[in-house]
Amino acid sequence: MPTEHTIKRFEGELNDLKEKILEMGGLVEKAIKRSINSLLKHDTDRAHKVIERESNINDLELEIDEMTRTILALRQPAASDLRFVITSIKLVTDLERMGDLAEGIAEKMLETRDHPLIQINSLQSLSDLVLVQLKLSLDAFSRYDIEAAAQCIEGDKKVNTMYKAMQREYLTYMIEDPRQITAGLIATNIAKNLERIGDHAVNVAEMVIYMVKGYEVRHIGRKAAAAIVRGESAPK
Amino acid sequence: MSTEKNNQLENKITVRDLKLWYGDFQALNGLDLDILEGKVTAFIGPSGCGKSTFLRTLNRMNDRIPSCRVEGEILLDGTDIYAPEVDVVQLRTHVGMVFQKPNPFPKSIYENIAYAPRIHSLVNDGPEMDELVETSLRKASIWNEVKDKLQQPGTALSGGQQQRLCIARTIAVQPDVILMDEPCSALDPIATAKIEELMDELKQEYTIVIVTHNMQQAARVSDYTAYFYLGDLIEFADTHTIFTAPTHQKTEDYITGRFG
Repeated sequence: MPTEHTIKRFEGELNDLKEKILEMGGLVEKAIKRSINSLLKHDTDRAHKVIERESNINDLELEIDEMTRTILALRQPAASDLRFVITSIKLVTDLERMGDLAEGIAEKMLETRDHPLIQINSLQSLSDLVLVQLKLSLDAFSRYDIEAAAQCIEGDKKVNTMYKAMQREYLTYMIEDPRQITAGLIATNIAKNLERIGDHAVNVAEMVIYMVKGYEVRHIGRKAAAAIVRGESAPK
Repeated sequence: MSTEKNNQLENKITVRDLKLWYGDFQALNGLDLDILEGKVTAFIGPSGCGKSTFLRTLNRMNDRIPSCRVEGEILLDGTDIYAPEVDVVQLRTHVGMVFQKPNPFPKSIYENIAYAPRIHSLVNDGPEMDELVETSLRKASIWNEVKDKLQQPGTALSGGQQQRLCIARTIAVQPDVILMDEPCSALDPIATAKIEELMDELKQEYTIVIVTHNMQQAARVSDYTAYFYLGDLIEFADTHTIFTAPTHQKTEDYITGRFG
């Protein structure tokens, strides 16, 4: 992690920016957990809360954007500071999208009153997995931990495998009993949102590697990215 | 000249194991560096790191300091500039220098340009000289501002104009390399921008080496950046790498303002 800055106020601004992003990450985590719990516990209050509080995440997005704009305009950051600020700009978009996806899950949950889902255990497993992915990516950002970032990138494979299995599962239900089609579509939709959240966590992890190391691991595949991070192959 | 045609960059200046002492004090500790033709190379580093000293070795300006001793090799187009048979005056026409404070001669604008070509017998006075004066002033992007007052004293110009006049004066003897020692530190931002824009044009024809304390300026104008610290060359790489992802922690700390 970088050492102290000569200009104390700049140091403070960078720290504030990091804290705000972690705060936003915390809110996103909470929104995802709450949206899934609303589903598992048939609790519409929780779902409404997620929808209500989505605006807090949006507000943080705007606030963080303003902070990064200020730093760019007034401090002209370079090297690791520049990479940190660029990463922040990108992270905020991913986190905001995750907030939207959590809200989407809550909205779908409200539709389940008329169409109860038959099989929700697998949704819980998927959400557990995705929350681990998100935690890994935020820890990686917070601690400049590229090993955690690499684990997150690799972990996306499990998310995708599970998501595909669930699609097949829901499809089977819908084929067996056409009265389950609406419920099946809702469940598929929720699973899709969870899978997308996992993808955003990977985006965060990839940017953290850029932030810490200064090289890109995007769009080269999970295995190649992990190999570079662990020093088994050279970055491009 | 057209080194990039073959997609191959050529060394204009090759520095090998360069050491320099002022009396007992060693100011440069064995530097190795290649300065590429047709590129702008920036030297950065905190005060006293040796960047100006190093710049001055490139046209032997340090020869004037009696206690100064140099070891190692500096090759300009493959020829050792410290070899005994080298004519230092000739060398300095090949490797010109622009200083921190604009220092026009106390003569007319015209004479500022014509003086050196005349004493080196590069061209004859008259139409030939008129043409050289005009071309030099044009290349230094100051012709339009001075063409109607060539007989006025160079010292009457603004600081930024004086600095461009000094660049024109350097160009007039048709150098290969232009050394610039903090050329903008006495100039306002607009005059600075004009010099920076000019450097971009000049590198089509000349190799430029610039020492600057302004890191943003190094980032803006140079193709390659060298970071010096306490007489050592810490890191030398393309400017984009130095300012986005330097390899050495010392460079990183300096670039981000965590040191110095």
